[in-house]
Amino acid sequence: MAIEVDMMKKVPVAEQDPKERAKNFDEVCLGYNEEEARAESTRCLQCKNPKCVEGCPVSIDIPGFIGKIKDGDDAGAFEILSAASTLPAVCGRVCPQEKQCEGNCIRGIKGEPVSIGKLERYTADWAREHGITPVKENQKKGKKVAVVGAGPSGLTCAGDLAKMGYDVTIFEALHKAGGVLVYGIPEFRLPKDKVVAKEIENVISLGVEIKTDYIIGKSETIDELMDEQGFDAVYIASGAGLPMFMHIPGEQALGVYSANEYLTRANLMKAYRDDYDTPINKGEKTVVVGGGNVAMDAARTALRLGSKVTVVYRRSEQELPARAEEVHHAKEEGIEFALLTNPVEILEDEEGFVKGIKVIKMELGEPDASGRRRPIEIPGSEYEIECDAVIMSLGTTPNPLIPGTTKGLDTSKKKCIIADEETGATSRPGVFAGGDCATGAATVILAMGAGRKAAKGIDEYLSR
Amino acid sequence: MFKILEARELAEKTYLMVVEAPNVAHACEPGQFLIVRADEESERIALTICDYDRDKETVTIVFQTIGESSYKIAEKKAGDSFADVVGPLGNAAEYVNEPIEEVRKRHYLLVGGGLGTAPVYPQAKWLKEHGVDVDVIIGTKSHDTLIMEKEMIDAVGEEHVFVTTDDGSYARHGMVTAVIEELVKDMGRHYDMCVSIGPMIMMKFCVKLTKELGIPTTVSMNPIMVDGTGMCGACRLIVGDEVKFACVDGPEFDGYKVDFDSAMKRMKLYKTEEGRRLLEYQEGKTHKGGCGNC
Repeated sequence: MAIEVDMMKKVPVAEQDPKERAKNFDEVCLGYNEEEARAESTRCLQCKNPKCVEGCPVSIDIPGFIGKIKDGDDAGAFEILSAASTLPAVCGRVCPQEKQCEGNCIRGIKGEPVSIGKLERYTADWAREHGITPVKENQKKGKKVAVVGAGPSGLTCAGDLAKMGYDVTIFEALHKAGGVLVYGIPEFRLPKDKVVAKEIENVISLGVEIKTDYIIGKSETIDELMDEQGFDAVYIASGAGLPMFMHIPGEQALGVYSANEYLTRANLMKAYRDDYDTPINKGEKTVVVGGGNVAMDAARTALRLGSKVTVVYRRSEQELPARAEEVHHAKEEGIEFALLTNPVEILEDEEGFVKGIKVIKMELGEPDASGRRRPIEIPGSEYEIECDAVIMSLGTTPNPLIPGTTKGLDTSKKKCIIADEETGATSRPGVFAGGDCATGAATVILAMGAGRKAAKGIDEYLSR
Repeated sequence: MFKILEARELAEKTYLMVVEAPNVAHACEPGQFLIVRADEESERIALTICDYDRDKETVTIVFQTIGESSYKIAEKKAGDSFADVVGPLGNAAEYVNEPIEEVRKRHYLLVGGGLGTAPVYPQAKWLKEHGVDVDVIIGTKSHDTLIMEKEMIDAVGEEHVFVTTDDGSYARHGMVTAVIEELVKDMGRHYDMCVSIGPMIMMKFCVKLTKELGIPTTVSMNPIMVDGTGMCGACRLIVGDEVKFACVDGPEFDGYKVDFDSAMKRMKLYKTEEGRRLLEYQEGKTHKGGCGNC
């Protein structure tokens, strides 16, 4: 039965029922099937001057791959997709499309934009299910590049360089490759074995070697990589580092976690599964502080572990930095939002455990440096929310291991590695950087975009 | 995989293992630590490096069995392997990167309490090998729990090692603080720097005394960690009114500035029977046998 397409609306995508999925870690969105993908692809206007591509940090030829889906040529669609993106099955799931490709889509002016993210996911999933891997080039450059960190930025840069013919080795500090894709983003949004592991295998199939349990900046410095191990260039993509806290009373209480810790326990260490040893606090009432994607991930993880969850965010719904889909899903699953509210103190019982959080109501004033209206406390509006766990999701500062042990590597006031936006070049010749370690905490796709630009930058540097 | 070359029990519930770990062995210095994951399903456990051999590419770890994950480590035998050994992590002891002539001008007092004796050993050895004067105090519950006395004597000489037991079953009778007082007040020894490693409560009282005696003191903090690489923030401490992270800012800190009470509160409830029962009551059976390291 053919699907009737309303040109003003996206073809709906199947999702797990909110009540059901609130109790499991299986993927929430089930993705388009073939018929749905073909139907949605007919909504693309095939613009001559596609605005969507301008909105894509890795410049995927979006009308190109959607045109192939429309023609029934899924292999052709994947070829176009994989030429630009190393991790398409990941991007289709976690990119903030509404702010990028779909935000620019002409369809979106009068109706809903084309569901580019879901079509990307369809194509990448189709290729994986059919055992199709990206094309490997045979030419060899005879030069070695080291990549520090096997997260989205490092994997992208490594994949691109390998395709150009470089010998690439990725050094990963954790026991598993993937960076935030394995320790940060939860299983229900991004399946680890089915999707992430397979995309990393694709990068390895291009000839990239990944060494885990390897701490650059401690076991080996950047200088040793270049001077002793014979690497001609290094790309630093060491990612986000230490979590920020609010410096309010009670933050050292038992039951206060950073979102990084909470999610690492759940995702990387698989604490939600009985067959893994790492424990996690299954609170009865959890308060998550913050409004970004990480806050939504932490909130929805706590919910799945059996807790009631309230998200406390100091601005209004409009300013929530999380992807629209995540906020929508969180609400559907029963997570409460205390907006225009900010913590002032974490309350602890006589044993040192969290027993609540004291918050204050806020109102929005004049726009601040970020362009968003500044939240201002409303005097006398404090109240308490009862809870036994608090998860702080306020952002991170860059990982300090490499800047601290690499001479001549300039960093900014915020301790980010200073890197050229177009090439990734740092103050040290041959040393490039990108992703969260250079920009501060951002998204998977921006980190991938930086990896892609740095691969070009490194190629130009080594071709001189 | 990281092969175990030697495994033996030093005292009840205390084990020593020599492990092949080239990436750690070729770069580690006294003061640093590593992370072990016994198997695929195991926790990441932070352990201090007790010794290392750069030529053989091995490191020596000494640990106690507290919870399930440390039991899993202890169950391994020579010839078995760990899934992961990662390091070196944290910063080397301050003197390692100071001009050695400056370090040689100082008299060092090293204090190891219980399992803390193990991480004191590479410090004692390093200082002695670099021609620095060093005295070592080893404090332990009783003769049965005493570890590494012989190694310490071999490293710094018998006249520089002072053992004390809480129950008086061997050598001196009493706390390490009593020995510090004896050395400084009765024997007239002078120290310019103290390094104290052991249970939080011992370090707290050690610092209280050395502060009175005017001896600057470094302590090594061993809070709960997950990744150990500067990412998760579980190991946060209050040091001089600032939030510090033991894994990247430490593990050694100025003992005068550490807020031991808040650090102990975070440790206590996870490390004692009472605390674990409380946790089970409050958090349900999430600790899978009382991990002791969450």
